Amino acid sequence: MTDRTMVDGMSAPRLTLPLELRAVAITLALGALGYALFPDDLAFLTRLISIALLVLSLDLVTGYCGVASLGHAAIYGVSAYVVGNACLAGHSDPLLLLLVGAVAGAVMGLVSGALVTRFKGLPQLVLSIAVGQLVAALANKLSTLTGGSDGLSGISPGRIFGIYAFDMYGRTGYVFSVAVLLIVFVVLLRIVRSPFGLLCQAIKDDGLRARMIGARVYPRLVLMYGVSGVVGGIGGALNAINTGVVGLDSVGFERSAEALVMLVLGGAGSLWGALIGSIVFQVFEHYVSAANPFHWMTMVGALLIAVVLFAPKGLVSLGGLLAGRTASVLRRRP
Amino acid sequence: MSQSLLELRNVSMSFGGMRVNDDISFSIGKGERVALIGPNGAGKTTLVNVISGDLTPSQGAVQLAGVDVTGLPISDRVDAGLIRTFQITRLFKSLTVAQNVALAVMQRKGLTRQIFSSPMDRPDVRREWERALGTLGIAHLADRQVSKLAYGQQRLLDLAIGLALEPKVLLLDEPAAGVPSEESSKIIEAIDRLPSDIAVLMIEHDMDLVFKFARRVLVLANGKLIFQGDPAEVTHHQEVRRAYLGSYADARHAS
Amino acid sequence: MAWTGLSIGLDALSYGMVLFIISIGLSIMMGLMRVVNLAHGAFAMIGGYLASFALKNAGVGYPLAIVLTVLGTIAIAFPLEFLLYRRIYRKSDELTQILLTIGIAFVIIGVANYVLGPTTKPIPLPPLLSGPVDLGFRMIPAHRIFVVICGVCTAGLLWLLIDRTEFGIRLRAAVDNGDMAESLGIKTQILFSATFALAVGLAAFGGVVGAELLPVEPFYALRYMVTFLVVVSVGGAGSIPGAVAASILLGLADTTGKYLAPEYGEFFFYLAVILVVFLFPNGLLGRRH
Repeated sequence: MTDRTMVDGMSAPRLTLPLELRAVAITLALGALGYALFPDDLAFLTRLISIALLVLSLDLVTGYCGVASLGHAAIYGVSAYVVGNACLAGHSDPLLLLLVGAVAGAVMGLVSGALVTRFKGLPQLVLSIAVGQLVAALANKLSTLTGGSDGLSGISPGRIFGIYAFDMYGRTGYVFSVAVLLIVFVVLLRIVRSPFGLLCQAIKDDGLRARMIGARVYPRLVLMYGVSGVVGGIGGALNAINTGVVGLDSVGFERSAEALVMLVLGGAGSLWGALIGSIVFQVFEHYVSAANPFHWMTMVGALLIAVVLFAPKGLVSLGGLLAGRTASVLRRRP
Repeated sequence: MSQSLLELRNVSMSFGGMRVNDDISFSIGKGERVALIGPNGAGKTTLVNVISGDLTPSQGAVQLAGVDVTGLPISDRVDAGLIRTFQITRLFKSLTVAQNVALAVMQRKGLTRQIFSSPMDRPDVRREWERALGTLGIAHLADRQVSKLAYGQQRLLDLAIGLALEPKVLLLDEPAAGVPSEESSKIIEAIDRLPSDIAVLMIEHDMDLVFKFARRVLVLANGKLIFQGDPAEVTHHQEVRRAYLGSYADARHAS
Repeated sequence: MAWTGLSIGLDALSYGMVLFIISIGLSIMMGLMRVVNLAHGAFAMIGGYLASFALKNAGVGYPLAIVLTVLGTIAIAFPLEFLLYRRIYRKSDELTQILLTIGIAFVIIGVANYVLGPTTKPIPLPPLLSGPVDLGFRMIPAHRIFVVICGVCTAGLLWLLIDRTEFGIRLRAAVDNGDMAESLGIKTQILFSATFALAVGLAAFGGVVGAELLPVEPFYALRYMVTFLVVVSVGGAGSIPGAVAASILLGLADTTGKYLAPEYGEFFFYLAVILVVFLFPNGLLGRRH
């Protein structure tokens, strides 16, 4: 393996543009593929994209900052509720609703980041869980705002740019979601390679060393939590906009745990990993879980054990390994 | 007095009743090259941690260029030019060699707040991290992942990060420990070529290196500073000999 | 009002004691092996299932059923220790541990659900424990008192085990300094396995005697996964008095919250958790690392 292959254009500006263009091309191709494979189930795909944003959001704190969180759905769910309420209050422009979701997510992200990144290890993990559970309990209690266990329903967003209405087949919603995912993904590709993004990875690797180059660790982590909140908030907003309903499941522990599973399956610390993990997991879930929800649990468990034992860096590393092997096999041949 | 860059005044550090550093005072001026030696367990690394801000001393004060930094966080001391390297290599292993050093450069320049742009390749930034890598002869490794470096190369990189931060006071914690000889000569060269106006405090076991490098030697034993002065005198000093011989005797006893 | 207070107090105490019996094993494991074991609750659940089977299908008496349950759960869990847990003792990062042990918990839940069905399994109490006890001024369910006694005995016996036996000395040495213990000739792997067995056994015991308060059904492992972890964190990993204090405190927070403001669910419980973790990040009685 040459040294160049490792960096993937991280150090040379000439390569920056193609990397982002490649991301756009791949995301568009995936979007088209999804449409071709599930033309009658676009609702599933829009849901998938919304969750993928949650997983990307989690990747920013877990994969890039090393903060293991089991309460990340709090960000996603709160934004979904805020967006739902904003829409019910008459602000139905989808772009405005996205903005509302992003802001709500940012606030939630900053608050939970300020709490969670104060400590490391077990206290950190427990705080992340506690924040998530606290929000879930509140969502259940404040039924005037959340609809309690019935969920918040009747959310009907207006036309995008005042032109494109959300149709009952979910076509508009799907195109809208793919576009949002694409923009977020490209922006994140830049953010994780910015000095700020690199610094967060440095903090993950060795917090003390990062301090010794002059980094203010806590504010950086809180800020990354805020960015993560924006992404998760956009995911939550998409959920509310596309489905028209926000349920308690969107803030629950299971949602947080599942997001973590998807992230690790794909590969934490890589945006592609987050994306691949959420796609593979949810497509798999779509078929298996429908067949038998109980076997589904067993299979997810077995999958997790297998990932930890055989592919600790996720599918994305397996893919890389495979590509590397194939390349070296090809090279060996005259 | 204004020439003193680093000054310790009666610094003591205790862990649960154990005095690891006991009433230590010394000062290092501009351009000075000082070595800190002492037997194992003398409290050298603790002292470095106190100076760098990883630990807050139980008593006493640390001054940097006349300013009391005793209660200040690590990052403020780094901003003021107090830089350290580590005895056990600590690097950012998920980044490349270039990114490790460039991050230090960008941190110093206040660029790590930038969240969207990528100034790593801006000419002024690039020049600096390339120079730091070049000084230590590892420029050819720039794009390599740190986790794939040999140990000696990691030590060189650790020092390169230190240099990139443009220290005024540089603390080197056993910079050449465990490094193969051809690379350790690079480390020594790099230390020789450090800007002449900065103050360097080096912890080292290798007495050859100490004699080559230091104009002044501090000896720490049982947490106390028992000698400071000319390197030529240190080997004849009674108390120093006793401290070292004592520790060897103890070591033989224990094993 | 005073009666309500007494009721809350007794409920909180008995709930806290169940939390303690189950969580203390996890706490010791985390103190010694530094494993965040999210499958710990699943072992308590297995204990509950085994006890239900022994009591209802095999017609064994209650005391014997408890013994069989504890041994049976250890037997079931041991292959997992051998194949999986050993890999993550002390060295793995937290994320790996979380994922592996959540994976184990999911598999156990899935299998339990498939084999035994989604219903709650009753664990019939012997007549002595199923009735009320007349304290003269008030009737109190005998089972609550039994649970409290179990908790106190567990704490006492564990203290004896750790403070007064050879095993305990080795355990403490290994907790303080694993490498040192190894170099002194303490076989840490055997010690770890024994501790794992102890932790699983305690979980199973707690699962059985606490079944009135934490009913045994497949999602038990997931439902209380977080609760047990929280108890350990609040108490401080590896600390018995810490775990006792945390269990009682959290039992009180939860029970009081549910009595006085049931619509808030676990809000007060987690509020208490956040406050305690903030004030005592190393646990109420935990040690600094």
